[in-house]
Amino acid sequence: MVTAAKPAPPSQDKRWKIVDATMRRVGQHSRGLIETLHTVQEAFGYLDETALRYVAVSLRVPLSRAYGVATFYHFFTLKPAGDHTCVICLGTACYIKGAPLLVEAVQRDLGIAPGETTSDRRVSVLSARCLGSCGLAPAVVYDSEVAGKVTPEQLRQQMAKWDIHPHDA
Amino acid sequence: MTPEELEHIARAEHDLQAGTPQTVNVCVAAGCLSCQSQAVKDALEQDVARRDWSGRCRIKGVGCMGLCAEGPLVSTTAPGAGGPLYKHVSASDAPALLDSLDTTPVERLLCPTNVPFFERQQKIVLENSGVIDPERIEEYIAASGYRALIQALTEMTPAEVIEQVVKSGLRGRGGAGYPTGLKWSTVSKAVGTQKFVICNADEGDPGAFMDRSVLESDPHRVLEGMLIAAYAVGAAEGYIYVRAEYPLAIKRLKTAIRQAEKLGLLGSKICGTNFSFRIELRLGAGAFVCGEETALIASIEGSRGSPRPRPPYPAMEGLLGQPTLINNVETFANIAPIIRNGGEWYAGIGTEKSKGTKVFALAGRVQNTGLVEVPMGITLREMVFEIGGGIPEDKQFKAVQTGGPSGGCLPSECLDMPVDYESLARAGSIMGSGGMIVMDETSCMVDVAKFFMDFCMTESCGKCIPCRVGTYQMHRLLDAITKLQATPKDIAMLEELCDLVKNTSLCGLGQSAPNPVLSTLRYFADEYKGHIERNECVAGVCGKEARVDKEVHA
Repeated sequence: MVTAAKPAPPSQDKRWKIVDATMRRVGQHSRGLIETLHTVQEAFGYLDETALRYVAVSLRVPLSRAYGVATFYHFFTLKPAGDHTCVICLGTACYIKGAPLLVEAVQRDLGIAPGETTSDRRVSVLSARCLGSCGLAPAVVYDSEVAGKVTPEQLRQQMAKWDIHPHDA
Repeated sequence: MTPEELEHIARAEHDLQAGTPQTVNVCVAAGCLSCQSQAVKDALEQDVARRDWSGRCRIKGVGCMGLCAEGPLVSTTAPGAGGPLYKHVSASDAPALLDSLDTTPVERLLCPTNVPFFERQQKIVLENSGVIDPERIEEYIAASGYRALIQALTEMTPAEVIEQVVKSGLRGRGGAGYPTGLKWSTVSKAVGTQKFVICNADEGDPGAFMDRSVLESDPHRVLEGMLIAAYAVGAAEGYIYVRAEYPLAIKRLKTAIRQAEKLGLLGSKICGTNFSFRIELRLGAGAFVCGEETALIASIEGSRGSPRPRPPYPAMEGLLGQPTLINNVETFANIAPIIRNGGEWYAGIGTEKSKGTKVFALAGRVQNTGLVEVPMGITLREMVFEIGGGIPEDKQFKAVQTGGPSGGCLPSECLDMPVDYESLARAGSIMGSGGMIVMDETSCMVDVAKFFMDFCMTESCGKCIPCRVGTYQMHRLLDAITKLQATPKDIAMLEELCDLVKNTSLCGLGQSAPNPVLSTLRYFADEYKGHIERNECVAGVCGKEARVDKEVHA
């Protein structure tokens, strides 16, 4: 079988080797698109145009499909995150137990809504559909540390710990 | 691996466990880990090392013990005897806990276990949760693990395996409740060049964490269920489609798969028979619709998770166009005990049409939040007020929500209803995957309906118009009601849209999206009326925006 030559990685960055390894494991097949995008996001933190183009060409899928998949799934992000991330769970249990108050607090203090990053890129606030930590509702994940039964006051304290203060964002 | 070798591993593990007079079990499932249970475990281990007690006391990480709200949970056991359960344990409690092993329990940390939360449960799926170390296959084997697989492979034909599953009356635990035995027999009869078994671990319902807990606490149970299914339907390849949001479950599954491969319980020619089976993980990427089986298959194939019309059902044409068996985590977790104890044993539990037990994630405004497994047919009242311990802060019960965004809110009139597939459906909700959220007087039911509609609107894949546009319009109407800006005409419009979206959407997401609205309209019509006719929200949740708007525009 004749196969097209594999394109060269976009740069000398060693992280492309990890991406290449995933693509090899899936046999350079289009079925491995989601897995490859997972690897890219894990390695680079987000999916930019260069990465999407490289993956699309390597797996021989139209760029539109790669872009379609990357934007269809919530887990993928096309923009880099801030220095810190704060994920507010908005699952049912958290919603019932006061997660909307946390969202309000963030909006008032930092002027951003879930899904946004402050203009100085210090913190990204995200919402989750359900972390599965319903016993600890409302739950928030600060830089991958889960905190349970969070109050708006505790959220503010965590921001202060990160040296992020209301309205200096 | 022969039956004798398996027996040998089990015996060696029993000897190992019997060799240590005391075991301290620390919950290392995600709930307790997020309250620093790892630090508790580390502190205990260091203290054991300091005391030079390694031959005397073993510190073990175990899966979920159920009462997640009181974590970190720690239990102590001696061989053949249960010990006390401790709650809210911190690392600084380690010396006191170890001191207490030979004397009396530490009073201030004791968590009473003679309460309905523990006593009313009947554990089949969760029998090993909180008991065995999920990262050691030996412990699973010592707890009769993989015995059912070997029994199926060496003593039963595939048809006999299916017969037992049919007899058990087990129905799909993902929510829809399709008879599992029937699904298996359809796939086994389907013709294809190869067949697949898929485990749906894309637990998308907000407020549900049963599958995550099973995967974190007892991953081998799921692998064994899949293996038995693969043998029964004639599949050689399997996938577990698991949420990327569950890193710990993914890690434990990977460990479990590696261990099973090493012992020859997964791979080629399993147990010296001609049966071969491989399992691969596929990570979901956060799309609720991928819980729908045809969307899940599209996602495994590397595409957007858009569902397609059925038939053909995946049982006939699924992954890569081949016959595919898709079951939920909890369904697979029930298989090994059914094979071990026989289908009739399982059918003896539960109600006439809903057999066995069901795992529920009890959460919301209820005293005891956590994971419980109860026989089908238990009443909602028992769930909320006995097992759940009632509503905290002397608040008034308002509703219990089952089935997530596809289910409904049931009021106090429904509390004496048995929890089974048919009763819940008659009342306008569904069994769903097992999320059970309790709401009290502080929740506004219109706001809750809006919350779920927002979820369905965002999660709609956009393929079919009724779901894509209908959920948007319904959300717009609900939003107007919660802003106290709606008219009675809007209710009529909302009802009409519910009917349309329910009956004309392509997949389950759209077909069930109106359920939260329909059930709240049915049971809490007065709250809707209050918002429209009297401009009031009894729960005091709604109308804030309206007031803010007025201030802004004033």
